[in-house]
Amino acid sequence: MTDQKEMEESQHHIVSPVIYIIIGGSLLVLTGVTVGASYLELGIFNPIVAIAIACIKAVLVVLFFMHVKYSSKLTKLTVFCGLFTFMALIGMTLSDYFSRAWGRW
Amino acid sequence: MSNSTAIAHDAHGAPENPHGAGHEEHPPYLRHHFENTEQQADAAGFAMWLFLLTEVMFFGGLFTAYLIYRNWYYPAFVAASHQLDIRWGTLNTGVLITSSFTMAMGVWCAEMRKKSGLVLYLVLTFILGLAFLGIKTVEYKEKIEKHHVPGFHYSLNSFLNPDSDAEAKAAGDKPLALDMARHTEVYFSLYFAMTGMHALHMIIGIALLGYMIVRARAGAYTSGHVTFVENFGLYWHFVDIIWIFLFPLLYLISRHANT
Repeated sequence: MTDQKEMEESQHHIVSPVIYIIIGGSLLVLTGVTVGASYLELGIFNPIVAIAIACIKAVLVVLFFMHVKYSSKLTKLTVFCGLFTFMALIGMTLSDYFSRAWGRW
Repeated sequence: MSNSTAIAHDAHGAPENPHGAGHEEHPPYLRHHFENTEQQADAAGFAMWLFLLTEVMFFGGLFTAYLIYRNWYYPAFVAASHQLDIRWGTLNTGVLITSSFTMAMGVWCAEMRKKSGLVLYLVLTFILGLAFLGIKTVEYKEKIEKHHVPGFHYSLNSFLNPDSDAEAKAAGDKPLALDMARHTEVYFSLYFAMTGMHALHMIIGIALLGYMIVRARAGAYTSGHVTFVENFGLYWHFVDIIWIFLFPLLYLISRHANT
C-alpha cells in the first residue's frame, strides 16, 4: 500500500496549498501595483510597465496554478513553442504595421 | 454458427476475467490503448495544452488588432478607455484571480481525495465566476445607456463635448476632433469583442463547473481519476490569464491626468 502511494506521488507532483496562497496573494498585490502604476506619469513606460506586470502575473499562473513548473518536459516544450510562435506572429505583424510609411505611396 | 462463437468465447478467457487472458488488474478508468494511468494523464494534459494554444492564437488575433488600432488612433483610445470604471475593473480582476485560486485548491482537494473540500472549492469558483459576469453586466448596462455600443445608435457626445459627460470631465478629457472622435467606435468594437469572447469562455466554464459539482458530490473525482478536474483547471486559469492582459490594455490606458 505504501509502495503504491509512493509510486503515485513520484508520478504526479502535488503542489501544496501554501504555494497556491503565496501565488494568489502575489497576483492580487500585482493587480494593485499595476493600477497604481497607471496613475503615475511615466511617459512611454506606462504601457511597458503595465504589460510587464501582466506578463509576470501570467507566468506565475502558468508555472504554479497550471503546474507547468512541475510538468513533463513535453508539456514545458509545448507551452514554450506555442508562446514562441505567438510572439513571432504578433511581433512580425506589428513590426510591419508600425514601420510602413502609411499614406506616402 | 452459434456453436462456434460459443467455443470461441470459451477459448477467449475465463468469465471472471472479462478483459481477456494475461490481463493485469488496472483501475477502471484506464483506457486500454494506454500503458498505464501516468501515460494516460500525460496524454490528456498534452492535448489540453494543444487546445489552449489554439485559444492563445484565437485571442492573439484580437490582441493584435487592438495593438494596431491603439497605435493608429491613440487619442481616441485614451478618451474611450476613460469611459470604463477602473473600480469595477480592479474588483473584477480580484474576483477572477480569487476564483483561479479556489480552482487550484479544488484540484488539490481532488488529488488528495477530499470530497467535501472539492465540492466546496468548486462551488466557490462557480459563485466567483457568476460574480464576475454580474459585474460585467453592470458595466455593459452603462455602455448601453450612454450609447457607447458600436452601431447605428453610437453617440460621440462624450468625446466631442467631454464637459457634458461625468466620466470624461473627471478624467479631464479635451474635446476630440470629429474624425478622431469617430475612432472611439473602434475601441468599443474591440472592447465588446474581447470582453464578450472572454465572457463567453466564462459562461462555458461556469456551465462545466455546474456539471462538475454534481459529479463531484457523487464522488467522481476523488477516487484517483482527477484528469477532468485538472484539465478544467487549466482552462479556467487560461481564461484568467486572458483577463490579466485585457484589464491593463482596456482599463489602464493613460489614467494619469494632463496628458
